[in-house]
Amino acid sequence: MSEQQWPLWEIFIRSKQGLDHKHAGSLHATDAQMAIENARDVYTRRMEGVSIWVVESKYIHASNPDEASSFFDPANDKVYRHPTFYDLPDELKHM
Amino acid sequence: MSLQEFEKIFQDKVDNDIRIEPKDWMPDAYRKTLIRQISQHAHSEIVGMLPESNWITRAPTLKRKATLIAKVQDEAGHGLYLYSAAETMGITRDEMIGQLHSGKAKYSSIFNYPTLTWADMGAIGWLVDGAAIMNQVPLCRASYGPYARAMVRICKEESFHQRQGFEILLVLSRGSQAQRRMCQDAIDRWWWPSVMMFGPNDDASPHTAQSMQWKIKRFTNDELRQRFVDICAEQVKLLGMTLPDPDMVWNKEKQHYDFGAIDWEEFRQVINGNGPCNKERMAARVKAHEDGAWVREAALAHAKKRKQRESKAVA
Amino acid sequence: MSHPISLINFTLHLADDALILGHRNSEWTGHGPILEQDIAISNIALDLIGQARNFYQYAARLIQESPQSEREGWMPFTAGGETTEDSLAYLRDGWDFKNCLLVEQANGDWARTLLRQFFFSAAQYYLYERLQYSKDTQLAAISEKAFKEVAYHLRWSSEWVIRLGDGTAESHARLEKALEELWKFTGELFVPAPYEQVLIREGIGVDFSLLQPKWEEKVREIFIEAQLSYPAERAGLSGGKEGRHTEQLGYILAEMQFLQRAYPGCEW
Repeated sequence: MSEQQWPLWEIFIRSKQGLDHKHAGSLHATDAQMAIENARDVYTRRMEGVSIWVVESKYIHASNPDEASSFFDPANDKVYRHPTFYDLPDELKHM
Repeated sequence: MSLQEFEKIFQDKVDNDIRIEPKDWMPDAYRKTLIRQISQHAHSEIVGMLPESNWITRAPTLKRKATLIAKVQDEAGHGLYLYSAAETMGITRDEMIGQLHSGKAKYSSIFNYPTLTWADMGAIGWLVDGAAIMNQVPLCRASYGPYARAMVRICKEESFHQRQGFEILLVLSRGSQAQRRMCQDAIDRWWWPSVMMFGPNDDASPHTAQSMQWKIKRFTNDELRQRFVDICAEQVKLLGMTLPDPDMVWNKEKQHYDFGAIDWEEFRQVINGNGPCNKERMAARVKAHEDGAWVREAALAHAKKRKQRESKAVA
Repeated sequence: MSHPISLINFTLHLADDALILGHRNSEWTGHGPILEQDIAISNIALDLIGQARNFYQYAARLIQESPQSEREGWMPFTAGGETTEDSLAYLRDGWDFKNCLLVEQANGDWARTLLRQFFFSAAQYYLYERLQYSKDTQLAAISEKAFKEVAYHLRWSSEWVIRLGDGTAESHARLEKALEELWKFTGELFVPAPYEQVLIREGIGVDFSLLQPKWEEKVREIFIEAQLSYPAERAGLSGGKEGRHTEQLGYILAEMQFLQRAYPGCEW
């Protein structure tokens, strides 16, 4: 894949009546402004009065939830697993 | 800790309905299966936009036009939630799209059928979304956190789709002779492909047992299919229409509808790329992606330029 | 209301503008350059169709409330004897549509679509900004809601014009080409049709001489960042507001209106 991908952003939404921002999901955008606009389109359905926070996924640092993970990957504090190439197993063709 | 100990901790969580989150230890097979399942579900949403967007410009009223755009847009959103969920497991959106376009990844067979009349919009909403909901509601309790949360979001939006579809058919069923014929014709064409959406019979699905143990599948194909048939067999009566299955009959003993034999050869052909619209669907997706390359590139280039200017300004 | 026909025509013009552009944008649904932008442009299409519906519903009411003598001309655009949003949208032919020529132009590539959106959203923005204070309370109410939506459309499209203009050599070239093709349709946005002139005098419409300089200022501002030169002369095509269209509209209507024409008098 020669084309460079748009960065991944994590989206946090606080609803109008809400007290705090909740993680809603992620999306791809080239800059914060685009990420906020996309989040508005995708995760808030254009509701008014909601607060949106966007953070590039790479800037989120996460704790290791339990001993098991720290045993395998102590240096990894990224919020998700790193993307890697691998071969999908040839499965039965069903959904 | 040994591998078996990790597996035990993992399975205990699953058994106790404790969600598995992205950074938790998980068997490699679980991760790979889930990536496959979630990404193919995402692909289905995206490809699924095409048979319906086909009718946006021909929607017969402004209200139908608006609700159809909203529905198709929802499907884009669902694809996005699912790609997001899959990305938490170590695969990128671009990789997944590459797999779809190369034919390595599959998507639901149903979207390889053509939408020939306005009534198809109704049939798809009622039957295809109906089948999808049947599959998706149980997945709201799937073991993998991001997947379950995506499914909750999707299910909230999906119910309006099915109602909308049924309502389209209801209006047609009460309309002119041509409209009633249009309604029955669409049902006749979409019924069997919808029944096939649930996948092969349980005895032809060796992976079901493992998926159920991992709680990434909550009911078997045949269980879901039976439920679907039972519900639709009643709903179709409200339309004054029939399902194209002469063998469908209420079985008093089993308290279910018996139904006719599925043409598995047709299913195999469609899954393997020989359905009516496989080539067109893929061509449309590949074209959109390729035509969009310069746009994506330009946006990245601009963002880069802006960053450079900003850092220069600060310096 | 001393000139109902002018008000009806103006309302139809606003409705047609919104519908035709919404329709054009919806052609992108399922084919956008990236999923997130597919959703974004579909949202804009939805907003525009929503605006169109509000204006059509108002126009239908005005027609229904017109004196009998004036209603005869509207009879072909009725369904079951009644004028509705759908009978107005689906039963008029091109020569009765009053959208400006810009909105009916083909989507082309993303550059063309975005530039068209930018030009039009900027015009709508300054129009609705003032129209929300119109003496006609219904137009004012519709405009107030639309203004909020269009503010977002303007921001979104401005950013894209800048991204493409100041992106890669290819994106810039495509934007230049789009400018070359679309500029001639921008003049019409500020040439008042006779029915608009009537309404301006009555304090219902908006004086274009107040809108045009703002539009120009906005375009110049964005063009600078997009590395585009502001075109020198303002030559242009017009006539859309009075039903003289380009060859594009006929095909749009043929597709859009097909079902209603093939199966007249049906409920959907």
